Amino acid sequence: MRELLRLPATEIAAAVAKGDLSAVEVTRVHLDRIAGVDGEVAAFLHVDAAGALAAARSIDEQRTKGEPLGPLAGVPIAIKDVLTTRGVPTTCGSRILDGWRPPYDATVVRKVRAAGLIPLGKANMDEFAMGSSTENSAFRPTRNPWDLTRIPGGSSGGSAAAVAAFEAPLALGTDTGGSIRQPAAVCGLVGAKPTYGGVSRYGLVAFSSSLDQAGPLTRTVLDAALLHEAIAGHDPLDSTSIDTPVPSLAAEVGRDVAGMRVGVVRELSGEGYQPEVEERFREAVALLGDLDAEIVEVSCPHFAYALPAYYLIAPSEASSNLARFDGMRYGLRAGDDGVASAEEVMSRTRAAGFGAEVKRRIMIGTYALSSGYYEAYYGQAQKVRTLIARDFDAAYQQVDVLVSPTTPTTAFPLGERVDDPMAMYLADLCTIPANLAGVPSMSLPCGLADGLPVGFQIMAPALADDRMYRVAGALEAELDARRGHPLLDEVPAL
Amino acid sequence: MTLLADFTDAVARYEAVIGLETHVELGTTSKMFCGCATEFGAPPNTQVCPTCLGLPGSLPVINENAILFAVRIGLALHSSIADWCRFARKNYFYPDMPKNFQISQYDEPLCVGGHLDVEVDGQTHRVGITRVHLEEDTGKSLHVGGATGRIHGATHSLVDYNRAGIPLVEIVTEPEIRSPEVARAYVVELRELMVALGVSDARMEQGSLRCDANVSLRQHGESRLGTRSETKNLNSLRSVERAVRYEISRQAARLDAGGRVVQETRHYDEGTGTTSGGRTKEESTDYRYFPEPDLTPLALSADYVAAVRYDLPELPAQRRARMAEKFGFSPLDLEQMRNGGVLDRVEETIAAGAPPAEARAWWLNDLARRAAEAGREPAELAITGPDVARVIGMVAAGTLTSALARQVVDGVLAGEGPPDEVVATRGLAVVRDESALGAAVDEAIAANPDVADKVRGGKLPAVGALVGAVMKATKGQADAQAVRALLLERLGQG
Ligand SMILES: [Zn+2]
Repeated sequence: MRELLRLPATEIAAAVAKGDLSAVEVTRVHLDRIAGVDGEVAAFLHVDAAGALAAARSIDEQRTKGEPLGPLAGVPIAIKDVLTTRGVPTTCGSRILDGWRPPYDATVVRKVRAAGLIPLGKANMDEFAMGSSTENSAFRPTRNPWDLTRIPGGSSGGSAAAVAAFEAPLALGTDTGGSIRQPAAVCGLVGAKPTYGGVSRYGLVAFSSSLDQAGPLTRTVLDAALLHEAIAGHDPLDSTSIDTPVPSLAAEVGRDVAGMRVGVVRELSGEGYQPEVEERFREAVALLGDLDAEIVEVSCPHFAYALPAYYLIAPSEASSNLARFDGMRYGLRAGDDGVASAEEVMSRTRAAGFGAEVKRRIMIGTYALSSGYYEAYYGQAQKVRTLIARDFDAAYQQVDVLVSPTTPTTAFPLGERVDDPMAMYLADLCTIPANLAGVPSMSLPCGLADGLPVGFQIMAPALADDRMYRVAGALEAELDARRGHPLLDEVPAL
Repeated sequence: MTLLADFTDAVARYEAVIGLETHVELGTTSKMFCGCATEFGAPPNTQVCPTCLGLPGSLPVINENAILFAVRIGLALHSSIADWCRFARKNYFYPDMPKNFQISQYDEPLCVGGHLDVEVDGQTHRVGITRVHLEEDTGKSLHVGGATGRIHGATHSLVDYNRAGIPLVEIVTEPEIRSPEVARAYVVELRELMVALGVSDARMEQGSLRCDANVSLRQHGESRLGTRSETKNLNSLRSVERAVRYEISRQAARLDAGGRVVQETRHYDEGTGTTSGGRTKEESTDYRYFPEPDLTPLALSADYVAAVRYDLPELPAQRRARMAEKFGFSPLDLEQMRNGGVLDRVEETIAAGAPPAEARAWWLNDLARRAAEAGREPAELAITGPDVARVIGMVAAGTLTSALARQVVDGVLAGEGPPDEVVATRGLAVVRDESALGAAVDEAIAANPDVADKVRGGKLPAVGALVGAVMKATKGQADAQAVRALLLERLGQG
């Protein structure tokens, strides 16, 4: 057996189910690993060792009693700190939620618990999921296990780093403009953003309600498919969740792609793209061609406007979603000196509790929604959104899936873009269109460029999440076969 | 010191233009966007959950009954029901707003257009309805330490979120009301309509129906609207009428003095009957409305709306027309019964067989008096329409005198059972037995020979004393007319 820490989730679960490993043992090994390396990686904001061990013991009891265990039972998981966890601190990477312990679990957290997964703790993130490097965490930046001087991506950087550093076999992230896929890409992982409405948002602290989706960050496509299945499905507590059966995804992993039509998005290449990234991407596309997929070049002309539209819609919604953090009911309260009015205390709390990027976006969003500007900004951005959705519709008339690099570049050095928001925003250039259109999209590793992972993005039509897993599964198998081992075996030892 | 013009002079010189915005709390058992109870008067903050507290990660889900109730209201007001509409966020900061935005409707309301006919002094005024939309109520602030319970001077405030999230409809009229009397009558009619529709108890004193009045003045014959003031939170019919009246006098004095009316929000003081200025429009909040991204658009099918229309109960105006036609009630009769709150009871009494005039008389006179004595509404008395009809029937059949009838009613109100039971147990039936009555008559004649002689001698009015004696002997259960006839017959005067 390979070293326990490096096993895919499916193998851990199988060993637990057979009794070869106890869930408690698996959990202890991961807690030890966190204790050993997280000082350097900084993937976790809060480790819930007691809760994890209690959950592990209950899995072991279930096994002893002969109760059936799910395909991921007994596998530890890192939870992005934007998802509420009952009784366990949830900060969203922000000082403003200081001390808040939610009285309820997010639906996805409830579902992973029900599937027998073992939450280890809360993963670091850019404050309120605003960022692409996890440097906007109010607490500390997370480091990329491939190169500790580089960013792990964001905003789900803690989730990605935890999985890439073998601190957790699986993680939950959330993706508003690429926040699962971009960290997955730069950390050499598989990450998926489900169809909007495929997974409940109840308990996902909203950044941009019309774009946010939770999804898996894993080391293999099969693990991602299983975790995706575990968290998917209609939730009566989320009106935007779609009332359709949970898609069958794991069954797609292992199917061939012969005859599938794969569209390469012309607009997601060229200037601004690192040449080696494009090279790895083209090699992977060629590989799909070798597997008898039909490769077609497709044009999505409005993708060029996706980034500006996103940076109006997301901040607009955020400016409203984040209004509730005012120090009145929970979290930080600043400047309540007994003299200041409630309005002053709200203002002081928000000034003290929010970081610079959050404030920037609240201001942008407030401006974009204000009367007299609404049509020119928010209204116009919504029109662009419709045009992008039409681009997707037209493209899917010709092809089954669309592909592109996940990010224009590999992981950049920590600190490089913190003072240049525009450069930081470009990290999400390729991932944003799928959020705006609500279609599913995932990233899987397709090799290294100068020793750093490159992500391969697959997008599918809404509710056709299964299609991207089929393509990803085939590509992963072929890449691993040619390489002789999974890419993650090459991550330097910590 | 605010200058006031004489009201009669004011309306002689200016035309008043009045529009009302009425908030009605719907009587759904659960809140607008969560499952919390809506019962009035529960201990503070006991009817709350993550959603109505606006906790991070919580989401709204539309209450179907609130939609049903709002559609009923729209149909009763002859509005057109939108086949597609959306909720919108109204953004502003206030401690009693858990999310610091209110879910409301903006440019896409559920019901558009319509009218409500109201009668004042026998004249019908048609008040145009602009729109009817749904929204959630806010929490309730309690300011502690100040002199008057107002925020000014308070040391701190407490917030009760039980009310937060209770469904409200806002019903907005066209600026078509021309007098304080019509404004009041509109609210009376609207309140009655809400109760008839079963959508609200519409109790102004509990705040479940409250009005804002927009008032402006213009020269007679002028078509442009003058600058308006908006007087908020009028909590009684009297307040509506008095506040509008006051505003007309105040604005007239301003205009007379060559000044201008300031567009502002004003507050009405119930104690003094005056309004005072508040926020001016120049410094008013920009609510930054945008479509609520946590809710999907609401698209009601034509079938749904048709079904709601089919199930509508008889509306108050229809009912009054029917009662006038079928029972011959005059407009004054109807107005008295309506003001007395006994329309239902009178109709039940008629339905149980009583003649309309007598049913009306019983409820408006005898029963109204008893209710007043008990400090209750006539409709709250422990007697049913059929009970009253039975009593009326027994009087008509001669088995009860009107004096006995009152005793029967006493018995019913005292919980002694239905009228027949009270008659039986109290032994109240009119003595019909000729022989028993004959014996009593003979006894009276024998006991009062002088009086008997006077009658025999032709002094007929003297028989009254003998009637009294017989009535006394029979404990009032004899029919006085029959006794008188029998006495005269025995004394040779028959
Ligand atoms: Zn609630």
